[in-house]
This record gives sequence, structure tokens and C-alpha cells, in this order.
Amino acid sequence: MPGAVLLAELGAVILCLGLLGTAAARLSISPIPLYLLAGLAFGQGGVIPLATSEEFISVGAELGIVLLLLTLGLEYTASELVSTLRKSAPIALLDIVLNASPGVVMALLLGWGPVAAVALGGITYVTSSGITAKVLTDLGWLGNRETSAVLSLLVAEDLVMALYLPILTALLAGVGLLGGSVTLLIALATVSVVLLVALRYGYAVEKFVASPNDEVLLLKVFGLTLLVAGVAQQLQVSAAVGAFLVGIALSGPVAHVARQLLLPLRDLFAAVFFVFFGLHIDPSQLPPVLLAAVLLALVGVLTKLATGWIAAYRAGVKTTGRLRAGAALIPRGEFSIVIAGLAVTAGVQPRLGTLAAAYVLTLAIIGPLAARVVEPLIRRDRRRRRQRRRMTAAAMGKLP
Amino acid sequence: MELERTALPGIGLCHTFTTARGRRVGVISYYTGERDVLVYDADDPDTVAEEIHLTTTEADGIADLLSVAHVVERLAEVAEQLHDLVTRKIPIDRGSMYDGRTLGETRARTRTGASIVAVGRDGTVIASPRPDFRFTAEDVIVVVGTDDGTAAVASLLTDG
Repeated sequence: MPGAVLLAELGAVILCLGLLGTAAARLSISPIPLYLLAGLAFGQGGVIPLATSEEFISVGAELGIVLLLLTLGLEYTASELVSTLRKSAPIALLDIVLNASPGVVMALLLGWGPVAAVALGGITYVTSSGITAKVLTDLGWLGNRETSAVLSLLVAEDLVMALYLPILTALLAGVGLLGGSVTLLIALATVSVVLLVALRYGYAVEKFVASPNDEVLLLKVFGLTLLVAGVAQQLQVSAAVGAFLVGIALSGPVAHVARQLLLPLRDLFAAVFFVFFGLHIDPSQLPPVLLAAVLLALVGVLTKLATGWIAAYRAGVKTTGRLRAGAALIPRGEFSIVIAGLAVTAGVQPRLGTLAAAYVLTLAIIGPLAARVVEPLIRRDRRRRRQRRRMTAAAMGKLP
Repeated sequence: MELERTALPGIGLCHTFTTARGRRVGVISYYTGERDVLVYDADDPDTVAEEIHLTTTEADGIADLLSVAHVVERLAEVAEQLHDLVTRKIPIDRGSMYDGRTLGETRARTRTGASIVAVGRDGTVIASPRPDFRFTAEDVIVVVGTDDGTAAVASLLTDG
């Protein structure tokens, strides 16, 4: 009975993810790299290749992307996006230049061509807002003065993604320069219209989906999102962007309730998405790209540190806060994998997926660790300073 | 007290201020209604040294405590004054100048600071008489106030 095998396989995979999640929580790292490794193990050439459940996992992965972007969009309101964009446009631009160029250069050096270069640039550019938000919360950094600058950068990156993903989708479809600019125009128009609708008529959308009944609200929001995502995909604006825009259009109490309702669903399907990505990576392809991945990761740490440093400096924050801002921005994760997933599905360059996996594996682990190392360093420095001051005070004869 | 307000996109709002003694403190208000109370490092105003997460109920409780404290202080003041309060019964004698006049006309509270809180008449007590209450002879008036105040009411009612 194929149904039984399907259920058993799926159950085994998800249970395995649960166990990996426990391990990640205990090690206080992000579970994303572990999910990717699980995908590697279950995939072709892996330890335990899957037989029947791949089709379900592939649909689940699509849902995962949609839900990842929807919940991300639900976090922000349109007015937040607009005001952030107005305030931090220069630093957002610097973020792009500093962090996308290593990827672009590496792809060109490897001779993968311009389309792969655009994809790899996106992969090295975008910080994992999920991992960074978790780091900020876990380490109690939310109230620090630099945090507002860090969060603004994340918002700006998400908006950039809303424009970047449609362009990439178009380029991957091989539409050429003219087709690419048409898609860009469509994307720009869509994003602007959605922002405008959200700013002016957000209440109407909210009124449509609002319901005191959690079940009804969940079904309405999820259904609306899938519908819009499908239409967006058809228009080549990419399903992910459609979902993100639905999230933006919804704000206020409805958005917060919907987000809470959708989070468990997102966690499930996002995990499936990471596994799915891992499934399509051939572990034997890993060694040739390892050097490039490590090199990119190293540069990626430095460029994000610089970005955070400058962003915090602009916010009038001193050295320690600048270091923290940089460290918080290091993790790359879900977005990089979304981009790589698009590129791999389009068949641009088979090694791109492997490189992206190795890159994300490294930085999703190093990022949170770096943030944890920065804090004790700062603390030791502060203790030393305090001691010195106390000694000076003692010398002046006014020890408390 | 100068509040500094920072938006935390996707999370909520952060309000901070510096106390009179120079410590920076703040509150993060999450969209979910939860709160973080922040105490910044004494040496580094950029860095949170201590952070206390409060559920919505706990935050409400703390808010009550902070605002209720004033009320409690004021109640304590009133209780202290209660020690000095006395009540005095003053009969309206036949032939008193207030026999047949209203409570309002005595202007007792304005003139003495003491209040007429009840009137005894024919074995019953009329509580909280209104200003238009008309006295008659053999009423017994109950006055609350300081010793001096109530004595002043007594002399007012007998001597005018």
C-alpha cells in the first residue's frame, strides 16, 4: 500500500526534524543548518534516500516558502516599511553594495555567467531576518540602542527582496534584458499598488478577513495568500513576493492574531522546505565548492560586520553597540535558500545550490555564535574599565 | 521626564528615559501586549544590563502598583488626619437663632472647616442632611472636624 509507506516516510522525516530541532535548541543554534543536513541525508546519494514522499515534500516546500514570506510580511505594516525606507535608504544601498558584490564576483570568477552571478549576489546579500530576530531576543539585545538600526536594515532587505525575486525569476526564465525590464516594471507597479492599497485601504482588507473565530481567520488568510501567490507566480512576480505583499497589506490586530495562528503551520512547512532543498543537493558535489563557500563565508562575515558598524555609527551608537550590530547581521538563512532554490529549479548551474547550502550552513551556525562571543568580550572590557575607575576613585580617597 | 521613542519594526515600540539620578531605563511594548522592562548599563547607555520580561497581566499589575502607590500615600495622610478628628453633638436650643433656619445658612463648613454630618430628631438620625435642611429646636446636630473647628460650630449655633 503506497499510502502507508508515504505516511511512515513522512512521519519518520518530520520526527527526525523534531529531534534535530531539540538538538539545535540545546546547542542554542538555528535549526536551519540541521534541517539542510537532514535533507542531504535523505536525498540522492544520501544515507537514507526517500522512496515515495518526495512529491508531497515538494508541494510542502512551496507552501513553506509562501508561509515564510507571509509571516514575514505580517510582521510589518505598510507605514513601517515606508518610513524605514525613507530613513535608512543610504545604509540599505551600502548594504547591497557591500554584501552582494562578493557573490557576484565569485560567480563570475567561477565562470558561471551573469544570471548565476545575480543569484549568488542575492544569496550572499540577504541576512536571515528569522535567525537575527531570534539572536536579538535570546541575547536580550532588543532594547539596545543599535537594535532599531539593525531591524530597519532587515526591513529594507525584505523590501529589496520584494523587487529582487521577480527580477531573478524573470532572468532565470531566460527572458533577456527587455523581458527582464518589463517584469521589473510589473513588479515595481505591483509592489507600489499593494503598498498604496495597504496604506489607504488597509482597513478594507482587514475587514474582509477579520473574524472572531480563529479557524475562519486562518482559512481566510491562508486561502487569500495562496490565491495571490498563485496569481503572482503566473505573472512571473514569484509566489513568494505575492505572499509577502499579502502580509504587508494586512496589519493591525488581525495581522497579529493571524501571525500567531500561522506560525505553527509555517514552522512545519518551512522545515519541509529546508529538507526539500537539501534533498536536491548531491553530497558528492560538495568538496569542489567547499573552498569557494568558506571564502565567501569569511568575506560575508566581514562585510556584514562593516555594514552593521556603519549603520550603528549613523545611529550615534558607540563601539560596543557597533560590533553587536555587525554580529547580529551575519546569519544567512531562509532567504538565501529561497533564492538558491529558485536558481536550482531553473537549472542555471547545478553547483550553485551546493555552494549556497555550504554557505548557509556555515553562516547560519557562525552568525549566532559570533553574536554570543561579542557579548562576553564587551563585558570583559567593561569590567576592566569599571575596575580602573574604581582604582582611580580609591586613589582620590572617595571609595564608596 | 523626557521620553525617547524608538520604533522596532515587527516587534513594537521602545520607550526610554534617563532618571533624575542619571540611570537610563526603558520599556519595550510588544505588539502582543507583553512588556520588557529595561535597565541600561550605568557606564554604557547603549547597552541593556538587565531585562525583565512581563506578561500582559504582570505588566498591568506593575502599572497598577506604580500608579496606586500615590493613592496609598494619600490615604496614609488622611488616616493621620483622622487621629485629630473629633465628633461633637450640639443641641439646637429653643430660642436659638438657627431654630427654623436652614443648614446652608449656617455656612458652618466655610467658617469653621468642620462638617455637619447628621442630625438627630425625635429619636431618629438623619444622615448627610442637605444644605436646604431646616433646623428646629431640640434637634441634635452631629459635627465632624478638628477640636477647634467643632467648638467653633457649637458657639456659632448657640451664639450666631
